[in-house]
Order: sequence, then structure tokens, then C-alpha cells
Amino acid sequence: MAKTVLMKGNEALAEAAIQAGCRHYFGYPITPQTEIGAYLAKRMPEVGGVFLQAESEIAAIHMVYGASCAGKRAMTSSSSPGISLKSEGLSYLAGSDLPAFVVNVQRAGPGLGGIQPAQADYFQATRGGGHGDFRNIVLAPASVQEMASLTLRGFDLADRYNMTAMILTDGTIGQMMEQVTLESAEPTAFEKPWALTGTRCEREKHVITSLYLAPDELEQKNLSRFARYARVQRAETMVETYGMEDAEICLVAYGIAARVSKNAVAAARASGIRAGLIRPITLWPFPAEALANAAEHVRQFLSVELSMGQMIQDIELAIRCRRPVSLVSRVGGMIPTPEQVLLAIERVARGEAI
Amino acid sequence: MQTKQANTQRILIAGFGGQGILFFGKWIAHAGALLGKQITWLPSYGPEMRGGTANCSVILSDDAIGSPIVHEPDVLIAMNLPSFLAYQPSVCAGGEILYDASLIQDTPAREDVCYRAIAATRIASDAGLDGFANMILLGAFLEDCLPLTQAQRAQVLSQVVPVHKKHLIEANMRALSLGREYAARSESKAEKTRLHPRKAG
Repeated sequence: MAKTVLMKGNEALAEAAIQAGCRHYFGYPITPQTEIGAYLAKRMPEVGGVFLQAESEIAAIHMVYGASCAGKRAMTSSSSPGISLKSEGLSYLAGSDLPAFVVNVQRAGPGLGGIQPAQADYFQATRGGGHGDFRNIVLAPASVQEMASLTLRGFDLADRYNMTAMILTDGTIGQMMEQVTLESAEPTAFEKPWALTGTRCEREKHVITSLYLAPDELEQKNLSRFARYARVQRAETMVETYGMEDAEICLVAYGIAARVSKNAVAAARASGIRAGLIRPITLWPFPAEALANAAEHVRQFLSVELSMGQMIQDIELAIRCRRPVSLVSRVGGMIPTPEQVLLAIERVARGEAI
Repeated sequence: MQTKQANTQRILIAGFGGQGILFFGKWIAHAGALLGKQITWLPSYGPEMRGGTANCSVILSDDAIGSPIVHEPDVLIAMNLPSFLAYQPSVCAGGEILYDASLIQDTPAREDVCYRAIAATRIASDAGLDGFANMILLGAFLEDCLPLTQAQRAQVLSQVVPVHKKHLIEANMRALSLGREYAARSESKAEKTRLHPRKAG
């Protein structure tokens, strides 16, 4: 049964994790994602789950590793500086091919930075975030509804492909309240024959490790992992387009920047400028095909980001630099206004440089 | 984008932390949802909340809402002087500024917006409702911008007041009624400017 309520993004994500059958949360508080832990501290005991505030972010991600080894759905959440601390764990999870669900409600950096919204962890999230060759599935919600729906999807993707699914969002989407419809369906069941559940002296022991000292064996591990990643790229890319049918100017933005960009596209269209928006919902896999197709008729791309320009590189790669791509951004916890984005669109429409 | 959209109401509520700014916004958000509108509610958070200024962006719309951040409010509710001064220039032409005249003794600076001065803190205090100045102003806001029936007001209150504060519902209702009465009564007085208040889309 579905019901529509008003919730904060962080709370909707937390409730969706419960709906997804997650019964193991390990975390350490940090603004602006504290509501996730606070919500689950209340809810987990109600459903017989575990809420554990770890002694550090590093401990929390390795607790996720442990729970995942046992075949359980487990999650952790943090914000930018905390995710840096978790990067070792992300690498170990990848090296052991374990499913995990990780949330980054981004704040401004580098270092301790500030606590206002940012999108400056794009490189870190989409390139893996730790040492070694690996990827995470990176999901970028742009509404409270998507905080819930992409959480449900994230747990499934993690289990289907034995890898980390990460929600990459920001303080605005985490803190804002909107209508959200929560579906209470039975979570999808995944067989986990590799899980460490105890042999009872009835079967061979299972070993989960990321240590392979024989280089040929480790090479094969990497190759088969990347064959799996290729399947993810083929099957799991998600993207929303808005006003792209006849667009000459194409904005590319995710999360809060996409919401600001939608206002700007609507305003531009009202004044006769053919602008459109491509909103990647998965940042990895990146919707390269949608971008490449758009480059057929789009004159100019604008990457709207709360960073000094990170996603812009993936756009240029996707379109093989066939069209100019310019950056429209604010950083440090500032958010571009629709007017700022509209101004950039208008300048491009007049053929001026940005 | 300076112009008002008929079907969208952008509201900014600002004041000190502790004045019930976020609760004010939450109230409007739930009222909007009850009326079948799309809503967004976005608080300022972090160091601002810890004792300093607080503000809250609320948007009610018949259409999908893009950015939840209110840069140019249709209605500004100001509960202290710094907020009044900071946000007065950003209110869109034809909009309304509703403020607590017992805390803000400043002369309105704009010709193109409607000012609604309600001495909310004093009115609350006189009525034995200390701490309910936000609900007095909310009553005035509802009178001007978001007409609800008595039953709808009661329903929203039951949604937004947490269980452990149920005993305060009656005081909330009284404060709301007082605010609405003052707003209705000041219609012909100098407290309200010559422009007509905006009605929600």
C-alpha cells in the first residue's frame, strides 16, 4: 500500500532503506546528513534491526563490509569529509565484490570545508573513491521522491551486481521537505551462495578477500569485474531529458543544480530560446549515449554544477568534444540562481562567450 | 523570472532561531499539501540554526516545482529587524511583507509591495500566549494569502503538532484566530498599505 506524506529527503531515504529490507545501519554523525542516522536510530529497533553509531567513519564502513560478508543488506551514510575516510572501505568492498549501500550528502570542501550544499565529490564518487581499479554505481536524486525510489533501486543494484551503490546527493535535497509516496512492497530477494553463514561442518568454507598475491589470478579478478561493470553500463544507465526535442542549447545538471536548471530552461523557452536539459540520474554509469545523440543537433552544452567543473569532463568525453561545453557554477556552499543560469543561456543564444 | 506566476506562491519566513520560523513554514507546507498543491519546504540549517538567524523557503504550486530556494518571495514574513532589512529588497513587485511590528520599528522602504504590520509579540503577550507570535503572524498570513476553513486549520494543526505537544493545540488555535482577526480588522487602518494583499494562486 502506498501513502503520500511530507518528509525531508534524508528521512525519506532512511525510510526507503527500511522498506528495502536493510536491517543494518552503521554510521557516524555529520551535517548535513544527520537526519538519516537520527531517523534510523528510532526506526531500526522497531523492525528488529541494528542501528550502531560507530567510533569513526572508517569503523562504520568496515562494519558494512562485515555485515555484507554475512549476506545481509547493510548501509552507511556520511557527508564529504566522512566519505573520504570511508574510501579505504570502498576499495576493499570492491576488491571483495561485496554489495553495499553508501550515501554521500555532499557539503562544500576541500578539507572540513563548510556545511552548505556542494557537488564537488563527483570525481571521487564516479571514479571509485579509493585505490585500485573499481567503480561504484552512483545515483543522483533530484527530489525527495527520488531519495526514496533510488534507495530502493540502489539496494537491488548492489545485490544484483555485487558492488557498492552510492547515493550522491547534497545538503539541499537532504534537508528539503516535499511530498513523497512510499511504496511498501516486499524487498527483492537475492541468492547469496557465497555468504559467510557458518559451514556447520556440512560444506566447504567460503572465503571473502581482496588479497590475491598471484598476479595472473588478480588480473583475472579485475577483468571479470570489469566485464560485470560493462553489463551495468549497458543495462542500468538512467537519464531524464527536458525540452530536448528541438534544443540548440543543452544544459546538463544533476541533483539540486538540475532543479535550478529546469527553472532556467522554462524561462528561456518562454522567451523563445530553444534550451533543454539532460539530467543524469546515474552519474556512473554516465548517460554518454544521450549526450552523444544530443550533440547531433545541439549547438552548445552548459554544465551546471556546484563544483569548479568535474562532470563537464564526462560531457566532453561523451560528445568527443564535438561541441563547445561551458561551465556555469557556484562553489563553497553557494547555489547558482535560475537567473545566473538563464543569463548564461541568453549569452550563448546571442553567440557570446561565457 | 522577477514576475509573479499566478499558480505559484513563493514564501520566505525569516527571524531568530527559536521564534518558530521552521514550524511556521512547515504549517504552510502541510496546508498547501492539504489543498492539493505541490510543495517544497527548505530550512536554513547549520550554524545559522544554532542561535543566530533562521529562515525557511516554502513554495506552493499547482505545477511541478523546480528550485526549492526562494530568492524573490511573493510573501516575506519577517520576525526580526535584520531579516526585514535583508530581504525587503528581494520581495517581488506586487508581493507582500508581513512583519512583527512589536520587534520591527522600521519604515517600509518599498512603494510596490504591500506591507502588513502586526504587533504579534505584543498581541501574544497581552493574550497570555507568550511564544505564539509566529502563530499570530500565521493567522494573518492565512487571512491574506491562504484561505482555509476551520476544519482545514484543525486538520493541519493535528498534522504538524507533535504528539508530545498535543496539549498546545488549543493555544495554537487561539493564536491563529487572533492573528486572523487583527488582519481582518486592520483592513481599513494605516497598518496596511493601500495595495491589496496577494491571494494564493
